Amino acid sequence: MIQHDIVIIGGGPAGMAASVAAWDSGVRDVVIIDREKELGGILKQCIHNGFGLHKLGKELTGPEYAAVYEEAVADRGIKVFCETMVTDISEDRTVTAQNSDGILKIKAKAIILAMGCRERSRGALNIPGTRPAGVYSAGTAQKLMNCMGYSVGKRVVILGSGDIGLIMARRMSLQGAKVEAVCEIMPYSGGLTRNIVQCLDDFHIPLYLSTTVAEIHGRERVEGVTVAQVDENRRVIESTKRYIPCDTLLLSCGLIPENELTSSAGIPLSTVTSGALVDEHRQTEREGIFACGNVLHVHDLVDYVSDEAEIAGKSAAEYVKGNLSLADTVKTAAGNGVRYVLPQRVTASPKEDISLFLRVTKPFGKVRYTVKSGNEVLATAVRPKAAPGEMEKITVKTEKHKNIREEITVSLEEVQ
Amino acid sequence: MKRELTCIICPRGCLLSVNIDGTKTCVSGNNCPKGEKYAVEECIHPTRTVTSVVRVENRDHTMVSVKTASPVPKENIFDVMQIIRKTSVKAPVKIGDIILTYIYGTDIIATKHII
Repeated sequence: MIQHDIVIIGGGPAGMAASVAAWDSGVRDVVIIDREKELGGILKQCIHNGFGLHKLGKELTGPEYAAVYEEAVADRGIKVFCETMVTDISEDRTVTAQNSDGILKIKAKAIILAMGCRERSRGALNIPGTRPAGVYSAGTAQKLMNCMGYSVGKRVVILGSGDIGLIMARRMSLQGAKVEAVCEIMPYSGGLTRNIVQCLDDFHIPLYLSTTVAEIHGRERVEGVTVAQVDENRRVIESTKRYIPCDTLLLSCGLIPENELTSSAGIPLSTVTSGALVDEHRQTEREGIFACGNVLHVHDLVDYVSDEAEIAGKSAAEYVKGNLSLADTVKTAAGNGVRYVLPQRVTASPKEDISLFLRVTKPFGKVRYTVKSGNEVLATAVRPKAAPGEMEKITVKTEKHKNIREEITVSLEEVQ
Repeated sequence: MKRELTCIICPRGCLLSVNIDGTKTCVSGNNCPKGEKYAVEECIHPTRTVTSVVRVENRDHTMVSVKTASPVPKENIFDVMQIIRKTSVKAPVKIGDIILTYIYGTDIIATKHII
């Protein structure tokens, strides 16, 4: 059994940024384990731009953003195991992995979980109909096209208007496919407004809200889909069914954090985020095991993934150095209009300002967020708008709140 | 002319109001100076950065991602794509390598290292 101070599972943007932060915090025995040939994670296939505006001050494509961190990892000589799959982590922080050399067992002082997400599948969505070729998750189509040079289809319908669906609508149009429609089951799009403009409007692709795919048709290859509007309970309205001929259906219906390893280590997950329950150091409920990036909660921007990974990296390093004690914590909770708050618990006597991250339950106009502990108001923030697809951050200044006793609730109210 | 549009420069997506009267321009709703520039350009002469992939001849099933070094006129997006689709390169490739030059006023550059 080999030993390492910090083992990071996942070498995408979260894993790489966490390793750099841990190394810069003074812990040099850091290793990254990734199942692919190269580091970079999902960024390798995100060839569009829009990455790094906040973090690096310039607009980069996914691979360019990944290269910045790959260079930082290489410059520091951080050890990387590629084409290595972690198959188990235990509560006492033994990591089991395998690659072409055989099975590795590593005893770690600290583990950082950075495994990212997978996509919701057609099976999980339970879309009726036949099972022809031509049904892909949007990310799979993206990988096939952008990394391997395959054409995935010529006449496309996309289900799901989150950013991945919108980006692929543009990508396929650019490669000469006809994107007939993007359907979205909710009455609003889940993606960034800028993507509606540059991916749909620019290409005159219609967006049908409150609409879903009710059936897939075709024997060996997709021949068409039946789409229909849905009611307020997201049930198909039979009379609105209509047929759209196509040869390809892309599904962009949700990212699911890959937490099988997390669960096998007995680490509790949130039912809302599907990621681990953490404190402000991004430490899970198992000592010495941290989480960051999409495996913790799905992010909108890689810039914030890097920020979060830095917190986890620094914290893991402090833990290894013996400086991170498990203090008393207070739970956080989502109040009116808020879907979840992260971290799910915070130190009761914090020494630093605490940043709370949240998502709202539906789109709002101008809102005021209030952070309360019992009757005490810890912070308020006004924003011109709020949307489920845009993670919000509220900072609680701790100079005013040295001793938090009761559960912290974050809620919102609409204001003029 | 008066127009309402969403800025696409950064993920904030500010809602902009533009008023163009001859040579006088008035932009509101932007939260940074880039938005003001974008609004005017979008009304007068819209441009876009085009990103795509190019086949790597001497590597199996490998593509190198590319982008226009600076934005091209919006009406030429598909013309740029036609040129990119016919192109291939040989590895090794470095980020920033020029794959094609003088394409609608800019270069097509690599955005990925291929060893």
